[in-house]
Amino acid sequence: MVNELLGGALIGLAAAGLWLGIGRISGMTAVISGLFAWPEVQRRWVYAFIFGLMLAYPAFYALGGSSPISITSNKTLLISAGLLVGFGTYIGNGCTSGHGVCGMGRFSLRSIIATCTFISAGMATVALMNLIGGAL
Amino acid sequence: MKTMSLSKLLAALVCGFIFGLGLLLSGMNDPAKVRAFLDVFGAWGPELIAVMGSAVVVFAIAFKLSGRMVKPLFAHAFHEPSLKQIDLRLVGGALLFGIGWGLVGLCPGPALVDIFSGNTDVLLFVAAMLVGNRVAHYAIGPAK
Repeated sequence: MVNELLGGALIGLAAAGLWLGIGRISGMTAVISGLFAWPEVQRRWVYAFIFGLMLAYPAFYALGGSSPISITSNKTLLISAGLLVGFGTYIGNGCTSGHGVCGMGRFSLRSIIATCTFISAGMATVALMNLIGGAL
Repeated sequence: MKTMSLSKLLAALVCGFIFGLGLLLSGMNDPAKVRAFLDVFGAWGPELIAVMGSAVVVFAIAFKLSGRMVKPLFAHAFHEPSLKQIDLRLVGGALLFGIGWGLVGLCPGPALVDIFSGNTDVLLFVAAMLVGNRVAHYAIGPAK
């Protein structure tokens, strides 16, 4: 549980740093949308943010850490999930970071409702998949 | 002016890096752990609550502190999200996102962090996620 609390604190610290440093919310959805808005000088910070984010994996391993991942290899599932996540987060203006961490930290009613909705939908999806016997 | 934009980019780089380390240390970059949290009727793993709870508390303190600041350290203004409405768009979007999240166990942050994990399934998910983002942008457009 220590790693979870410390890891969460680091996430909170990063979000705090981005807010106090450059006045931006650490929302991955806005960051991804920002990638496609490259001529806008105001949003160029997203490239630096994503670059830092992607560097974390190799750095973590270089420092002796290990955080293996286990993911389905079902291509249909991966593509459908990716499309739903990309589409849904754009429409709902946020995901686990923007609504879940920053929005809840701002006590935003919108973010609290969004977070409860996507967690419930995720739980229902996993329950349903288990119910049909992991046939997918 | 030039120094400020450089500091801004550097701050974003460092924050992205720390954000990623946090996800890795907490293990939330692993889709299996996220799906375990969502599996309330099965082998439930509550770890995500500790991660999110801890992150929310730290950010909430910083957000409160910023109320006393005129502007951020390296930029001219705080960009607080302006949307306030609770509508079908918000709930519908969160619902679709939640379904996709449950299917594989990846949300945008961990998906980006795992790009260099060497796992090609993650890359397929990321590609589809970027397509989904653009489809929503061109078909529906930004919320106002």
